[in-house]
This record gives sequence, structure tokens and C-alpha cells, in this order.
Amino acid sequence: MTSETPAIQVRGLTKRFGDRVAVSDVSFEVNRGEVFAFLGPNGSGKSTTIRMLCGILQPTSGAGSVLGYDIATQPERIKEHIGYMSQRFSLYEDLTVRENLEFYAGIYDVPRAARAARVTELIAMAGLEGRERQIAAELSGGWKQRLALSCAIVHRPPLLFLDEPTAGVDPVSRREFWTMIHGLAATGVTVFATTHYLDEAEHAGRVGMIDAGVLKALATPEDFKAHFLNGLLYAVTCDRTMDALVALAAVPGVSDVSLYGESIHVLTDDLEATALSTPLDALGARDVVVSRIAPSLEDVFISLMKRR
Amino acid sequence: MNLGRLMAIIRKEVIQIRRDRATLGLVIGIPVMELLLFGYALNTVTDHISTVLVDESGTASSRAFASAFEHSTYFDVRMKVSDRESALAAIDRGAVRVALIIPPDFGDRVLAGRPTAAQMIVDGSDPAIAQTATFAGGLVAQTQSAFATVDVASRVVPVAQTRPAIDLRPVVLYNPQMLSVQAMIPALVGMVLQLQAVLLTALAIVRERERGTLEQLIVSPIRSSELMLGKTLPNIGLCLVSTVMALGIGRLLFGVQIQGSVLELLLLTLPFLFGSLGIGLGISVVAKNQSQALQMTMFTLLPSILLSGFLFAREGMPGFFQVLSLVIPMTHYLQILRGVILKGVGVSVLWPQALTLTVFAVVVLGASISRFQKSVE
Ligand SMILES: Nc1ncnc2c1ncn2[C@@H]1O[C@H](COP(=O)(O)OP(=O)(O)OP(=O)(O)O)[C@@H](O)[C@H]1O
Ligand SMILES: [Mg+2]
Repeated sequence: MTSETPAIQVRGLTKRFGDRVAVSDVSFEVNRGEVFAFLGPNGSGKSTTIRMLCGILQPTSGAGSVLGYDIATQPERIKEHIGYMSQRFSLYEDLTVRENLEFYAGIYDVPRAARAARVTELIAMAGLEGRERQIAAELSGGWKQRLALSCAIVHRPPLLFLDEPTAGVDPVSRREFWTMIHGLAATGVTVFATTHYLDEAEHAGRVGMIDAGVLKALATPEDFKAHFLNGLLYAVTCDRTMDALVALAAVPGVSDVSLYGESIHVLTDDLEATALSTPLDALGARDVVVSRIAPSLEDVFISLMKRR
Repeated sequence: MNLGRLMAIIRKEVIQIRRDRATLGLVIGIPVMELLLFGYALNTVTDHISTVLVDESGTASSRAFASAFEHSTYFDVRMKVSDRESALAAIDRGAVRVALIIPPDFGDRVLAGRPTAAQMIVDGSDPAIAQTATFAGGLVAQTQSAFATVDVASRVVPVAQTRPAIDLRPVVLYNPQMLSVQAMIPALVGMVLQLQAVLLTALAIVRERERGTLEQLIVSPIRSSELMLGKTLPNIGLCLVSTVMALGIGRLLFGVQIQGSVLELLLLTLPFLFGSLGIGLGISVVAKNQSQALQMTMFTLLPSILLSGFLFAREGMPGFFQVLSLVIPMTHYLQILRGVILKGVGVSVLWPQALTLTVFAVVVLGASISRFQKSVE
């Protein structure tokens, strides 16, 4: 294993449960030090992929290596070098903050002499000072999540797997959490995180979009926005949104319309703004505003999902 | 095997057990409840059987004979009637369970040194009572006079069926008072131990599976053997505590003295305990949730109750079940318990049983640990 080999490398990774294909022929690489997001809706195969990478689920076919170890034949070697935060933060709710950390330090064989210092350091990093003796069950979602992350990195793993780390956590906590993740990445830790929050994928260096087990696209967030949407995107507002939605969908040259709050995002092949405002005026709608916009990751994602 | 990881699991288990009121309740509650329920239920069955007396002899010797019955505490003479018919009517009404009828020539024959027999009529509708009455009647007669015996007849079930089966003789031999509580308490101690060892262990792992912490553990470098041992070792302490508690209750409330050495008993208990912990681990590998684990635990308890000689003497079972009972650990452990508690024997006599249990424990523990896969499938 040299530092040049990618942190993760998979080729044709496939997992079947009976006759359901959970992950289908997925290939990608994650470089060392990269923050990689795996984006997909519920049931798309994110957890299944992560479990195969962690060595707790045997792939049906395909091959892969994690930190240079083969996922099919060397799962125990992989386990020594990775940190993993499962989809439900797997803390011992009846243990205190410190006891949880000490337990994982023991499980990962952190040298005794360094253990107390490491635990204290993690408590500080997670902002849990003063709560060391609090029972984990009493922590709020955000605290729990940061404690779970601390437990996952107690042995300083060079590669961190996070399975929907921010599910069910408020936006402020999510932001603090990502600050911690970027802090880790700055020290050279590779991060592989799954999510179904689009705004969260923007934190990543690269994003893989998975749907129904198939890796649809893989690029940086910027590339996604620049290249994955064919055509021009407009935001349209007026006083009769619902009628406008129907009318715009019927305009020739419009490939997609979707509602974002008060405004309608219209993806067109190559239409001018007037091509959209004219039918709305004909409808008798007032306060019509049509403006060209840059696509968000969400626009790209929705469009990719509809193309399946 | 990495000692540090093993210790981490053990330390965590101990903390969790200390904080978990339900588990502590289980450890204290099960022995107390089971012994009290079974012990007292059995006690009321075996003593103070309501009796009607017909003393047709009316002599000093017949009165002494009758009072010996009463002093045995097995029988309570609730009424005295003058003739056999009224006595039988009392049984039929359900007013009494037993009629003791002393014939007119009883006193004269005893004085003259000629054999005589009193008659005891037993309500055979409750076999447990009938059996005790039959036994106790014979015993009392024996202690009273060399010449007097008791002929037993049953009112409902033919006498042959209420007569003691051959297999009960060893119990009588080592338990001359024939208190069934004496034979029962050691067996109850075994049942308490098995139930706890299996249940605590099964729940310990299934709980982690339910809460999702097991997934976190199998992504760590921990070995199956470290996890399994770390989960079972703390339970050994708990189970030994309950065993001692159960023995204490047997002693204090039911007067069951341990004839042999307590230390040897605990030593002989270890192989049975490890086997039970192995069964618990086996269940935890298969069970998906806590209620499944509980059901499976109850299921493993059934053969122990039915086939080990706990409720029914093995000697009375059909051949197939006798052979089957040999692969049930409780069969062997029951011999150890009764051996040490009632007969006062120790390792020098009971080592074959201990050896059998050791083999069983090694096989079951080995199989359970190897069946536990560090995967989520
Ligand atoms: N152990 C299993 N047995 C059978 N089917 C499974 C198993 N695990 C997952 N699946 C199925 O495989 C598919 C992918 O599941 P997976 O958990 O990987 O999705 P996910 O992207 O993580 O979804 P979510 O966002 O809900 O966590 C789903 O249809 C799921 O029902
Ligand atoms: Mg998932």
C-alpha cells in the first residue's frame, strides 16, 4: 500500500438480496484526502455500498479495495483502519459521554498511556466539555451525532465512513458537524459520506449520484451544475402559479417544470425568456417575472432522477 | 484474543448491568419468585391432608396409632365418624381426602402381637395427594408398631395407579421424611440457574442488535470470541449470585440443608453454567429481537423441565425419552444438585456428570462462537 493508491477503488460492485438488486455494477475511485459524498434517495443502495466497503457485507460480484486491502478477502484488515458511523448513531445510550469514548478506545486498542489524553481531546473537539458524565440518552440529537463521530475517530483512522450522519439533526448542528468534518479532512483524513440532503453534497469535493442501485453520475458540484443540465434554466413567478405550471409544461421546447416554493423552475432546450412569458400573458396571469438562473445541485439532481 | 478488547467489553457490560434495573430485577426476582411459588405450592400439597378417622377399636393402641398419623403433619384429622359409610361419604363430598379406618380387633391383635392392618382410603382424584398419603401412611404405620400395617385403597382411581412407582424409591432413601420440597428445591435451583444464564446472555447480544450498536461493533476489529466471551463472563458472576441466593432461600424458608460442600457444588456448577451460557449465545446468534430470544429461551427450558427428572422420574419414561434425556444438560446437573445437597457427596462421586457437562459446554460454546458472523447478512 503506497500513499498513491486511491483510498477506495471499486469496479463493478454489485449486491443482490434475493432477486432484488440493491447495488448494480458500481465503479468509482475516491482519492486520499478527498471528501466524497454519495447522494441518493431512500433505498437507492447507499448503506449497502458503505457496508460492502467496510467489510461487513460480501459483494455478490465485483471487486474493490479500501486503503489497499481487498474488500472480499481482507475485511478484518480494513476494519482496523477505518472509522464508521452507522445510519443510526450507535451509541450506548446508558453509558456516559466519557464511558462511550473509553469503550471505543478500548475496542480499537488505543494504547493505554494515550487513552485519557485522546478522550479528553475528542471531548474538546466535539464541544462536549462539562458533559463528560452525562448519560448519552440525555443528549440532544446534535450532541449525540458529534459524540458518535468522536467515537468513530478515536483511533485516528485515515478513512472515515459516515452513513447519513446528519439525518434528523437541526440545520445549525448540521453546519457545526460539517465544520468538524472539514477540520478532519484538512488533516488528511479521507471522508466518504452518504446523504440525501442536496445542500450537504455541496460540502463535498466530489459527488456520486446513485439511484436504484445505479451510479448515475460522478463529478464535482461545480461540474454538475455546469454540465449535467442540458439547456437553459429559468425561474418563473406570477400570481397564478398552478395554472402557469400546467401551461408552461405544454410549451414546445420545455423539457421539465418543477415547483420550488413560490417559483417555477423551467428547463428549456433553447428558448428565449419571452417564449415563456407570452403563454402566461395569454393566460391572463399578472406580475409575470421570467429570469434566467444558474442551476443548483437540486435542479441537476431532480433532472437526473427524472431521466431514469 | 486481545485482552484489552475483552476487558473493554467486560467493563462496559458491568456498567450496563449495574445501571439496568430490569436485569438486576431479573437476577433477584427470578430465584425468589420461582422458589416461593413452587416451594409453597408443593408444601400445601404434601402436608396437612384432610382426614376423617373411624376408630372402631377404641383402645389405647388404636388412639396412639391415630395420633401418630396426626403428629406426622401429613394428616389433619378434621372429623371423627363412627362408621365406614359416613367416612366414604365425606370423601365423596370432598370434605376430606383420606379416611383412616381402624378395625374393631386392632387393639387386641396389637396387644397379642398378631399382625393387623388399618385401612386407608385415599381420594385418588389428585394423584399428588394420593401418592403422598399412600407413602406417608405406610411410613407412619412402620414407626408405630411392628405388627400394624396400613392397607390402602383408592376411592376414585384404582389403587395400582396411586401406588408409588419403583423409580421414586431413591428419593425416599435419601429423603426419609419424604418431603417432596426436599427433592424439589435442588431442582428449582437448577432451573433458576438455567433460565438466567440462557436469558441474560441471549438478551445481551440481541439487545445490541436491536439498538444498532452491534453493527458498530462488527465494523471494529473486535473478534467474535472476544465479543462473545466479554458478554458471557459478567453473567457468570450474576448467575452464581442467584444460585447462592436460591440455595439460601431453600435453606431459610424450606429448611433444605446442603449436606455436601457449597464450594464443591459451585465448582460442579461451572460446567453446567458455561453450557447454558453457550445456549444463550446460540439463541442470540439466531434471534432477531428480544421477544424472539425470550421465546427461544422458554423453548429450551421445556425439555429441561419435562425430561431431566425434574418433574417426572427418568426411570419411568419410555426408552426413547430416557436416551434423549441424556443429551439434556439438566439431567446431569440435577444429579449433581441432588447429590451434593441431599446425599452430601462431592466431586469424587459426581465427576462423570461434571465431565459430560464440560463436553457439552465446549461443543455448544464453540458452535455458537463460530456461528456468529461479523457481518450484517
Ligand atoms: N439485508 C437486506 N436484505 C434484503 N434487502 C435489503 C437488505 N438491506 C437493504 N436491502 C434493500 O436494498 C435496497 C437498498 O437499501 P439501502 O439500505 O442500501 O438503501 P439506502 O440508500 O441506504 O436507503 P436509506 O436512505 O433509506 O438509508 C433497498 O431496497 C433495501 O430494501
Ligand atoms: Mg441507508
